[in-house]
Amino acid sequence: MSDVLVYVLHYDGAFNKNSLGAISEGAARAAEVGGACDAVVVGAGASLGDDLCRSLGRYGARRVFRAEGPEGLAQPVVDVMDRVISEHGHRYAIFGGGLLGFEIGAGLAARRRAGVTMEVTAVRAQDGELVADRPILGDTKISVSRYRGELGIIIGRINAFEVREVGGDQAEVVDLSVEYSPWSMQAEMVTRGEQRGADIDIEGADVLVAGGRGLGNAEGFQMAEQLAGAFGGNAAVAATRAVVDAGWYPYAAQIGQTGKTVSPKLYLAAGISGAIQHKVGMQSSENIVAINKDPNAPIFEFSDLGVVGDLNKILPKLTEAIRTRKAG
Amino acid sequence: MKICVLVKEVPDAAVEKRIDPSTGRMDRSGERNLNPYDTHAIEAAMQLREGGALQVDEIVAVTMGPESAVRALHKAVSLGADRSLHLSDGSLAGSDVAATGYALAKALERESPDLVLLGQQSDDGECYTIGAVVADHLRMPSLTQVVKLEVDGDALRLERQAEYGYDTVRVKLPAVISVGDAINEPRYPSLKAIMGAKKKPLEMVSAVDVGIDASLVGADGSRVHCGEFKEPPAKAAGQVFEDENTDETVAKIVDWLVERKLI
Repeated sequence: MSDVLVYVLHYDGAFNKNSLGAISEGAARAAEVGGACDAVVVGAGASLGDDLCRSLGRYGARRVFRAEGPEGLAQPVVDVMDRVISEHGHRYAIFGGGLLGFEIGAGLAARRRAGVTMEVTAVRAQDGELVADRPILGDTKISVSRYRGELGIIIGRINAFEVREVGGDQAEVVDLSVEYSPWSMQAEMVTRGEQRGADIDIEGADVLVAGGRGLGNAEGFQMAEQLAGAFGGNAAVAATRAVVDAGWYPYAAQIGQTGKTVSPKLYLAAGISGAIQHKVGMQSSENIVAINKDPNAPIFEFSDLGVVGDLNKILPKLTEAIRTRKAG
Repeated sequence: MKICVLVKEVPDAAVEKRIDPSTGRMDRSGERNLNPYDTHAIEAAMQLREGGALQVDEIVAVTMGPESAVRALHKAVSLGADRSLHLSDGSLAGSDVAATGYALAKALERESPDLVLLGQQSDDGECYTIGAVVADHLRMPSLTQVVKLEVDGDALRLERQAEYGYDTVRVKLPAVISVGDAINEPRYPSLKAIMGAKKKPLEMVSAVDVGIDASLVGADGSRVHCGEFKEPPAKAAGQVFEDENTDETVAKIVDWLVERKLI
């Protein structure tokens, strides 16, 4: 028996898309190795109603283990998953990526002396076991992980697992009463999901001008805004996590692992190095143009057109040229 | 209180990284440097000490790695750590993340820190996970990718960006916290600090010294085996050129956009 256990993150009455993808992936792969996929949810009882939990059956979950506990923190979930696995002997745990997935997967690996692989882009069944593909060295190689011991932990890269509806709303809900570890209770959520800055819609834009550290400072974003303005119509400005954390641009405009995933017709990256955490949020854009002063920036490896140069020189002239073209 | 900062030596960012075909492990030879994220962790420790809200008696840099890793410790000391602890043992080579976290936790147990700080990821492994592994072994609460850290009574008030926006979390000490690069601007070490770094106390310990169970570390003790490497699906390489004449550069970009009907 090779069952798979998936943690499903929820917020504001809805499940996380990456978690649902992990269930779909877990159910499909478990079936190939003679098992089934179960889910774990942890939260305030009222936020996890029976109907909501049963709906996980749609994505392939057989059972949903539901525990009352703090939301948005990793270690209470480690306690719950540890308990479920010790009672039911799941062979694999799969996470859909995101920050909590990393933390819970790593904590569970420590707790159960398990192997863990992160940034996984594909899970495959091979000789009755699951193996995980992980891109390494800036996605230039793929390393294949095989697991020894009783539990293998797979933390997916964001958007790696497709959400597929395969069943009905009939997952069996199993309530658990869990005694949490003292150290799990040492952390307390004060505020969760705070949105900072203006509410900007970048997901519907056809053209995105995205700015990173290379813009120099918050004022540098004016160049990006003017360029987006020159494209007119359905163009907007997006940002990397580094500049959002630095307070240069609003969180709602952030692309990447903890931000939004976009696929516009044109993605123009200005001063963005192209770290994996950013790449996962924009790599399916139809056309990628990158301007960066560092010729070794990883973004040049996945851009369609790359320009090595100074943004302060190029952006204003590009803005002017596009305006002229549009006017003509 | 005592703060331990976990540091790591990584290949210099400018050096091309590769897998050694004979061992299947990352080739870690070549130019090395202190992991840039770790300098933010040291700076966070220094700011806690200088902030005065907590009495920080000692900042200890801790690393695991071969003899060469001592340079990362010297750098950490030049940035403000008081002394360092170097866990070095041939039996640890080839440890996966879970085994590495276990070994580091055993070294930390010997120090009984009130706070463990580390960089949220290493430049070579792109891995956010080591802090959470260490924390569970130490039975401490943990938070990763923290971008703001304040003292709040007997606890820390921490902020980070999570799946749905910014979270603020209060964590009682002792705790293991990994920090992101937006948390601070690390200071540059003074020449005097660089010169003096080698004179600060540095203790080297083996796996046996810190009570590591040999069956849980090294390639054989690791539960993940990565022995096979594949090429990713080929993607047509894009065109890259250098801006020499900005008017010509802009014309080329515009032509490219027009060809694709993007303007």
